[in-house]
Amino acid sequence: MLPVLQFFTWCESSGLGNAIRESKWLFPVIECFHLLGLSVIGGAVIIVNLRLFGLGVSTQPVAQLWREALPYLRWSLLVMIVSGLLLFTSEATKLYYHGAFWMKMGSLLLAIVFTFTVQRKVALKDEARVGPVWGKLVAIVSLILWTGVGVGGRWIGFS
Amino acid sequence: MLKFCQWLGDTPWSVALHESLWAYPIVESVHVLTLCLFLGLAVMLDLRLLGVSFTRMPVSQISRRLLPFTMTGFAVMVISGSLLFYAIPVKTYLNIFFRIKVATLIMAGINAAVFHSTMEKHMSQWENDVKPPLRARWAGGLSLFFWAVIVVAGRLIAYNWWEDPSLH
Repeated sequence: MLPVLQFFTWCESSGLGNAIRESKWLFPVIECFHLLGLSVIGGAVIIVNLRLFGLGVSTQPVAQLWREALPYLRWSLLVMIVSGLLLFTSEATKLYYHGAFWMKMGSLLLAIVFTFTVQRKVALKDEARVGPVWGKLVAIVSLILWTGVGVGGRWIGFS
Repeated sequence: MLKFCQWLGDTPWSVALHESLWAYPIVESVHVLTLCLFLGLAVMLDLRLLGVSFTRMPVSQISRRLLPFTMTGFAVMVISGSLLFYAIPVKTYLNIFFRIKVATLIMAGINAAVFHSTMEKHMSQWENDVKPPLRARWAGGLSLFFWAVIVVAGRLIAYNWWEDPSLH
């Protein structure tokens, strides 16, 4: 058996995976945390990307908005990942064979890397030196990647 | 009301949406993902009202500049949510979590209306304060609480734990 599949099977048969799968309440409750995290991360990502488009709170400097939104981005991402991992353990083997799961993980990896490298750099740089085109381009890429994560995640539920 | 829901659920479009392979999941996905736009931005405004974040921005700047986006998100939420109800009216109407959600939505609406009618007129007097007046902070805090309940109740509608077995 492939090592990845082996690991997924191990997750699913772990005490945690079993407990979540067999409980009537746990999975839905964890899902609720996942959705609450989604609302906050969505807000943090959208308010920054709107600003990079020159929309929304456009009177604020991008760098300041980025710094203010950053804690919400980080904490909601943490909530999403922890709750996501818990959901994952309860049905890991099924997810291994689900294209949407891999699409979501791929988008998530790209979104995180892009946000904390390219987007961070552009947001913190002097706006006059970055130029409006780059800001917009970064916002478009960020929105596409995060949308990929959301759509992939929603699609996992349909199987 | 139940009669109305039964009639609604028997209309051909309701049956078609309920049984559709793609339309229902797509409407559901739109409903969930628009949370980011509507609730995400509403949360940012609530955090400003609480005086915990974005405190260098005047309140009216945030509320006015985000309003078109928040309102667009809200419209999408209402339309997609109505369609989801329309597809499965009887079971949804009888669902306890749906009722909790509707009751909390009404409370969130009242909270917003009270805020607008009491705090908005003289907003220019306090909107630059890092820590807004107590009433504004209450409005922000209550809004966060109500919307969290709405999200949780909304998610749990799908889990009809106390459903009448005769509905199957």
